[in-house]
Order: sequence, then C-alpha cells, then structure tokens
Amino acid sequence: MRFSESWLRERVDPPLATEALCDQLSMAGLEVDALEPVAPPFTGVVVGLVEQVESHPDASKLRVCRVDVGADESLQIVCGAANVAAGQRVPVACVGAVLPGDFKIKQAKLRGVASQGMICSAAELGLAESSEGIMILPADAPLGQDLREWLALDDQAIELDLTPDRSDCLSVIGVAREVGVLNRLSVSEPASDPVPATQEQRHEVRLEAPAACPRYLCRVVRGVDAQAATPLWMAERLRRSGLRPIAPVVDVTNYVLLELGQPLHAFDLAKLDGAIQVRLSRAGEQLTLLSDDEVELDDDTLVIADAKGPVAMAGIMGGATTAVSETTRDILFESAFFTPEAIVGRARRYGLHTDSSHRFERGVDPLLQQRAIERATRLLLGIAGGEPGPVVEACAETHLPPSPSLPLRKRRIEQVLGIAPEDAQIVDILQRLGMQLEEQDAGLQDAGWQVRAPSWRFDIQREVDLIAEIGRVYGYDAIPVTHARSAAFTRAPREMAFDLDQARRTLVARGYFEAITYSFVSPEQNALFDPAPAAPPLQLANPLSAELSVMRGSLWPGLIQVVRQNLARQQSRVRLFESGLRFRTRSQGLSQESCLAGVIVGPVLPEQWGEARRMADFFDLKADLEAVLAQTGRLDQLRFQAPDEGEAHAALHPGQSARLLLGERPIGWIGTLHPELAQRFELPNAVQLFELDLGQLGIGERPAFAPLSRFPSIRRDLALVVDADLPFERVREVVNATAGDLLKQLVLFDLYQGEKVDADRKSLAFGLILQASSQTLVDADVDALMRRLIERLEQDLGATLRS
Amino acid sequence: MTPRPDADLAALEAEALAAVAAAEDLARLDEVRVHYLGKSGRLTTQLKSLGALPKEERPAAGQRINEAKRQVQAALEARRAALEAQALNRRLREERIDVTLPGRGQTAGALHPVTRAMLRIERLFANAGFSIAEGPEVEDDYHNFEALNIPAHHPARAMHDTFYFPDGRLLRTHTSPVQIRVMEHQPPPLRIIAPGRVYRCDSDLTHTPMFHQVEGFLVDEEATFADLKGVLYDFLRNFFEQDDLKLRFRPSYFPFTEPSAEVDVQCVKCGGTGCRVCKQSGWLEVLGCGMIHSEVFRHVGIDSEQWLGYAFGMGVERLAMLRYGIDDLRLYFDNDLRFLSQFA
Repeated sequence: MRFSESWLRERVDPPLATEALCDQLSMAGLEVDALEPVAPPFTGVVVGLVEQVESHPDASKLRVCRVDVGADESLQIVCGAANVAAGQRVPVACVGAVLPGDFKIKQAKLRGVASQGMICSAAELGLAESSEGIMILPADAPLGQDLREWLALDDQAIELDLTPDRSDCLSVIGVAREVGVLNRLSVSEPASDPVPATQEQRHEVRLEAPAACPRYLCRVVRGVDAQAATPLWMAERLRRSGLRPIAPVVDVTNYVLLELGQPLHAFDLAKLDGAIQVRLSRAGEQLTLLSDDEVELDDDTLVIADAKGPVAMAGIMGGATTAVSETTRDILFESAFFTPEAIVGRARRYGLHTDSSHRFERGVDPLLQQRAIERATRLLLGIAGGEPGPVVEACAETHLPPSPSLPLRKRRIEQVLGIAPEDAQIVDILQRLGMQLEEQDAGLQDAGWQVRAPSWRFDIQREVDLIAEIGRVYGYDAIPVTHARSAAFTRAPREMAFDLDQARRTLVARGYFEAITYSFVSPEQNALFDPAPAAPPLQLANPLSAELSVMRGSLWPGLIQVVRQNLARQQSRVRLFESGLRFRTRSQGLSQESCLAGVIVGPVLPEQWGEARRMADFFDLKADLEAVLAQTGRLDQLRFQAPDEGEAHAALHPGQSARLLLGERPIGWIGTLHPELAQRFELPNAVQLFELDLGQLGIGERPAFAPLSRFPSIRRDLALVVDADLPFERVREVVNATAGDLLKQLVLFDLYQGEKVDADRKSLAFGLILQASSQTLVDADVDALMRRLIERLEQDLGATLRS
Repeated sequence: MTPRPDADLAALEAEALAAVAAAEDLARLDEVRVHYLGKSGRLTTQLKSLGALPKEERPAAGQRINEAKRQVQAALEARRAALEAQALNRRLREERIDVTLPGRGQTAGALHPVTRAMLRIERLFANAGFSIAEGPEVEDDYHNFEALNIPAHHPARAMHDTFYFPDGRLLRTHTSPVQIRVMEHQPPPLRIIAPGRVYRCDSDLTHTPMFHQVEGFLVDEEATFADLKGVLYDFLRNFFEQDDLKLRFRPSYFPFTEPSAEVDVQCVKCGGTGCRVCKQSGWLEVLGCGMIHSEVFRHVGIDSEQWLGYAFGMGVERLAMLRYGIDDLRLYFDNDLRFLSQFA
C-alpha cells in the first residue's frame, strides 16, 4: 500500500514529524517499507502563462514564446515542444533554476535567438516517467507561484508492507483510522452523501452466486464528457500512490480504491447486452481481459456476465469488450462485495494479481459499497459531468459475512499478555478501534465484555484477536519482560544415543571441515551414487533447475561437487564432512535418513617440515571413521565387510571398499571412489568416502568397568606367512578364539609382501599382550598357549612361521 | 707405616685439593677420589697407620687426619656439583630446539558457521530447559500448512514459495511443522527447540533455495506474551553477548500465532546509529514470534483454555551473518575451504 503523506494528513493530521509518524505505524504493525520524496529536488520553477508563440526564424521545430511569469517583464523562451500554444499555463524554469539531475538553467541562445529559461515537461521535472511535450497546467494555476509550493511537492510517498490480516489498511482512510486510534484523533471522512439521480435508468442485476457475491451495487451515469481530463490534484495523488493516471473514469475508480479501499469497475454501458449476472463461470468460457490476455475459464471462477457471456472476472479484472474507452458516453459503475473465499487463489490460477484481487482476497468492508459508489459518482460528475441514475442494489443478506459478538474475559487478557490494564483503558482502546462493547458480569471468572468488531476488521474472529488488538494499541514495548516459573524437567537425550555434535567435533579435530550442500542434486549425479538404481529418486515438481531437481539419495554427490570446486581453487588437500538427510524410496515408502558422510583426498597431513608427505588412503579414512564410532562403545562389533562380486557399491572401487556392519546391522559404506567416476569427474585417484546411516546405529553400549588386573602382562611377538588374499580379520578371529580372555591386545606391527616371501604370500607380524586377572602368567603357560596358537594358525589358515 | 708429621699431612691435603680442582670431568674426579679417599687411598691409609703411634697421640692425630679427609671430601663434592652443573648446562645448550618451527601432525578443521551458530542457539535454549526435536524435511501439506492454520489459498501461502512433489508432498518451508509433530505425540508441558533445514523456491542475491531455521516453543499452564519477551530478551542478549542490547517487538501476523510479533534488535554493527547493514534504520529484524494460536492447539487436541503457549522462529544464516560479519549469503553453500577455515 503506497500513498502520499499529504493525502493521509488531509484525513488525520497528528502532531508528529514524518519519521515519527512512520515509526508509529511500524510499531503498530503497519510496517513502513519505504519513504521516498514524491518529486526529485528542483528549484526556480514557477507557473507561467504563454502569451504568444511565434516560429523560430532559423529552425522549423523551434518556437519563440513570450511567457508571463508574474514578473515585471515577460520572458522570451525558445521551446521545442510541438504542443506549446498561447494561453497555456505551464511550468517555467527561470534563469538560475536547477532541475533534477543538477541541470542548471542559464541564459542561452538557440539558433541565434535568446532564451531566458525553459518550459518544462513533466518528465523533466521528475513528475512522470516520460512525456510528450510540455506539461500543461490547469487554468487556475496561480501565475508566478513556485511550482513545488503550488503542487505541494515537498511531500513523501509512504509504502506500507501490510500483513495479510490487515486488509482494512489497504486504503488511505484505513491508515488514517489507524493513525487516529494511535493518536486519539478523529478522522475526517470524505464526502459520500447520496448523489440524487437525475434520470431513472436502472440496470438489472441478478445474483446467481449469492454466497460468492452477496452484495452488488451498480449505477448508470449517462452522457459523460469523453473529452474531460483528470484534474491535476487527482492525477498527482494517483501518481504519488504509484498509479499512472489514464482517463477520468478509470482514474476515479482507482482513486476511490485508494481512498476507501473499495475496488470499483466501470463498464461501457453501450457494450453490455442485458442484465448483469453475477455467476460462476462455465468450463471453457472465453474472456478477453483488459490486459488483452485471452483466458479460458474453469468452472470455479466468479464472473460478471451479460446475455452474451462473461464480461469481467469478478473482483480481479474487467474484460476488454465492455471496457470504457475514449468514445464512451454512458457508463455503468459496479461496486460489489465478493467474499474472500470466492476470489482467493483464482487470480493466481490465471497468473494475475491486481489491486482489486489483492483487496478482495483479503477482505473488503462489506458495508462500504454504497459509500464508494456515491463517492465515485460525485467525483466523476465533478470532472466529466453526466446524468446519474439511481443506485441499484442486489443483496443476499444471509450470505454477508457475520459480525460475531465475541466474549472478552479480563482474566484471559492477563493470561495471554501478562498485563492487567484498567477496565477503562481496555474499553477506550477497543472503542477507538471502532468496536462495540457490552459489559458482561457473568461471575468473577468470566467478567468482561461482549465485543462486536467493525465491519472492516475481517481479522477479528476470536477472543484472542481482541486481546492481540489490546496488546498492539497498548504497545508491545510497554508489555513487561518477565520470566515464567520453571516447571518440568525436560526430556534429555539418552546417554548412549549417538551424539552427532560429538562426531562432528571428532572429525574437526582430525582436520575435517564441515560442508553444507543443497539437499537437491541433478538426477545424473544422484544416479551415479545410488547403490540401488532400481528405486526411482524423489523428483521435485517445480525445481529451480534440472541441476537441483531430485532429492539426494546420498550425501556423496554434494560432497564430490565441493571437492571438485576446491581442487579447482588450487587446494590439494581436501577433508570434508556433512550431516543431513538423504531421501530414498523404500518398499514401505519414502525414507528420510539422517546420515553423516565424509570425503578425503590428497596428503594425510598438511604440508610440513617434520613428516614425510603421504597420500591418504583407505586406512586413513578407516581410522577416522573408527574414531567417530568410538562413542558407540561398540567398536569391537564394527566390521568392514569386503563386498562379494555383484554386491559392490556402484560408486566405489570394488577392491577398496567395504560395507559397514555394526553387529549384524548394515550402517553404511566406506571406500575409494570408483576409478571410472574419478575419471569422469576429473578427480585424482584415491578419493576416499564414507557414509553412515545414523538411524541404524541404535543406542550404544555404556562403559562397564572391569577390575584392573594386579598381575604383570607378557608380550609375545609372532611373524606369520599366509596367503596374500587372506583377510587379517581371519587371523584375528583365530587368535581371539585360541587365546580367549588372556589376550588383552593384538597389535599388528608389520605387513610385508615382496622378495623375501613367496609371490602369493604375505608376512604379518604382530604382538600379543597377555594377562591373567587372578595370577601371574608363567612362561610355561604362555609357551603352551603359543604352541597351540601356532598349530591352529597353521591348520586353519595355512600359516607358516616366518623364520 | 708411620703417620706423617703434620707438615706432611698438610702437604698431602694440599696435593689432594689441587688434584680435585684440576679434575676436568666427572671420571677424572672419581679417580682423584679413589686415589685419596678410596679404601686404600692415600688419606685413608693414614688412619690405618695410627696404631703405630703412642696411645695418647692417637686421638689428636686421628682428628687431624679426619679433618683433612673432610676438607678433601667437601672439595670433591663441590667440584662434582660444579662439573655436573657444567655437564647439564652443556647438554641443555646442545639440546636447544627452534621453538618457532611449526607444530607437527594434523591441524584442526572447523564446523560450518551455520552449524556453529545453530549449536550456540541450541545451547542457550538448553540452559533455559528447552530440549531438541527434529522433523522430516519432506513434509505433507497438513503439517506444513493446514495444522498451522494456513488453509489452502490463504494469502500467507504466497509468502512461502513452496517446492512440491508430484504427489502433493512438499519440502517444508519452515521448521514450524515440528511444533505440530511434537504436540501430536507429547502431552504438555513442553519446551522444545527445533533446528533444521528449510526450503523455499527462490534464489537470488538474498535468497537461497535452502536455508536453516530454529523454531522454539513452550506450552504450559502459564505462558504469557510478557514471558515470551523475557525468553527472547535473554536469548538475544546472550547470543550477541551484549547485556544492554535493545530489542523492539513490532505487531505482525503469522497464521499460527496470535498475538504475533516481529523482533528487531538494535543494529549490532553500528549500535543503532544507522549503517549499510541495517539500511540506515538502526534496527535489524531477527525473528518472528507470538502466542500459539488456538487453531493450532485444536488441530493437535490440546485444550487452549487449560494450556497456553508461545512460539518463535529465526533464520540461522541471518544470525550467523550478523554475528560473524558474513556479507554474502551465497558463501554459505559454496563450501570454499578459504571460507570454511575462517570459523575454526
């Protein structure tokens, strides 16, 4: 809602400077979005009278004018505008004037003829976006007066960003009412007394959809002067409100819309065929709108129709065929109440949004139509004359929005707001807002009032709406700042629930940066990282672009993208993680799975002097992952299972990847990016990735204290040669099974493959730390154990002791 | 062997002391000790020869010999201490390192600034007894709109540029549906904070299609707008670590609260005098709030006569921008390491 300060002050004029007035509006919930001067700065422009126009001796397009500016002597001004004529009153920039853009007016000679100033166009004064020719002022413009002063151009346009509930403020009078309430001032209403009919033509109206349009007023005005021009004062107000003046009839309807908030429409009466029908459209009906757009209507749009078909989309936009034009002599004014339910969503459906639909969808005062049509008639008669007929009203009372009587309990005010204003203050606030109150003394508990809101306050539907109004006018800032008593102990997360925050910090301590990427990715990328391409991805119906059109099935596509961008920015070492949901279609429907994923590429450590440069591999990421999972207390149940043929993850190197199992439950994947993908994304080899499905981690195992053994431990080292493809896990299983409780730790300290062992064999060297809880281990026991162990390793795994 | 006359003893003592003083290292010093004070050292043997003296002279002679031994012993110890100190000093000198060399090993990464701000918000509210709840990001219309008193075609829906799926589901446009999901399953009293990703179909200089919000709400037998002000004053002053930070509550409109307010803080950049960050207004809009609407309670079956509640919601990116001086929203999802590494 945009309007000029001077227009508002004509209705209510609080003793506040502009800034303070705007602050007051903002603090009352009518947020001032912009405050702009209605005209750019200029000086030295006065009203002049063109006395004489002669052609220029040397230039066919120039005229030499004598212009009276109220000074002792008239001025000679050379003017290039085609529309200049003797007898016109025009804005004259005298010598010494400064026009917008810091354009200084000096004595000049144009093609040899002296010019003492400039006759200005509206555009040159910043009063229009473009102009054809000079600006012609009305005949009563006072000769010699400063134009800024005469047009009151030292005025501000105020733009309000109104919330959808405050449709009552989508008019100057609505804002004025609000200012009146806040400053305890009365508001002067514009004259809207009935205009007596001077002829008797009545146009028939049929309400065929009374629930959607319970009230429809119209009036014929005959013999409107097609040549009349919109007066400057009205044109200026429209311009300052952001509307372009067009022609008197349209300007009057727009003016009343801005002034009172009632959208009006005017038809060319000659082009209407029979009675006005207000009805729902029939599917397939055609309508050409004022904007020249052709629309095909559905069966749910309220239209104004005549005998031939729809002539307007009710409350949204008129039709082109019945539009008022330069030749229109007789018009039919429409002033109707369309219910919000009938309008809401319809304009959008047709890709439209108009000042009218904006108001009707939010709610127009259902008692305003009479005033508005009288106001419009009065204004139009004053500009273009004509013979008004009687106002025709069709009304379906029962469908008008009810004005409920709402209970307001004093104790409820205190319960909600935390303040207990005096009764008199409550009554005062509500009455200033136009509410009718009736005191209720229904026992102490419910003492209060019955309140009826004014017809323009669509938003007041409940007791709490009244309470909100009291709070608003009382002033939110005047409500105290208090602290509620603290009651319940809140539900804390379980101790062994996976703590994502701790996991994040573990990764950060190990050199990772956290990334946050969009949850939607391109379908191609998503497919590359989806381990189960059979399930279709979740596709957005209205994505911003194809690149952001499916919900990610994995966090990897986003992370890989970030790796690529950072490598392109000359980073050689990238360590990233992200947490968030992935979206997968499972047999039971969509599954939104909370995941933690990480990626590393490049050297393990930042370049430094004390450590050799080594590129990160699978085992570096594995250690990081184990650090993350340590908090579960279940590392002993964590297994890295090399995928069988055909079960590999499509995005991972089949020989350098593992399904992660915690106990028997799959919790994710770890591995090296598949070389094909690395090539496709132009990434170096050895990009390492992991993704954990946090929902599968369950509740971890709480630490359980085991008594510390008082007896010394014994370490025995063992070097074995086994088949090259024997997983170390198998060795560990045999050692665990054989050594039992005595084994405290197994440390693999060397792995060797090369000249000193057979080509298909590898050597593993590991230390066993053995300790008993109830006695000191003696060599004899340990020796026996080691013999048993070696025997098992030889028999079960084909191991040989390395000599 | 006959004990030496005193003159000889004095000479021996002097000789021993000179040898001690001349010892250049601990090994040489030990040799000197053995030579004079060892079992068959020259001073030690003096005592053994006392028996040769007449009985009455023995105590005096013994005393003199012992005195000489003490002197030499003392000198030895002093010399040993000096040599040890010397040796330690030499070692310390030799072991000197350049402490200005960079440290070795892994360097720390960093949390994303959005997470950093979000965790801080969570922690502050945890202090006030709020616990964390989460909800799905692919939501249904009911939880995102309907139950929050935003029926189909409500003008407020136009403010939410919603991403839809073909089946009518949508990406949540705010974290408020978590309110509904919690209230559907947990009876009051409730004190919940719900952080998370939200989505709007909008992308330009000041909008990204995904961003983060933190929703908070409380439901109890007593809860007033004044209490809501109390919580938000405490939160914002703690978040910005400014005890006198000014706030203003402006009446506003959200379908799921009544009364509703928007909360501005005094510009944390210029202190309220007006600058580019606050567009010269001196104020920054940071969150929306209000008393939970009875329609919302009705949808989840909570009696709005018995229970009252308030709710608030804030944009994390905006708070992080103000807190850390970030001036471009798009940096958040670019994940440039040069950006991320500034938040260690």
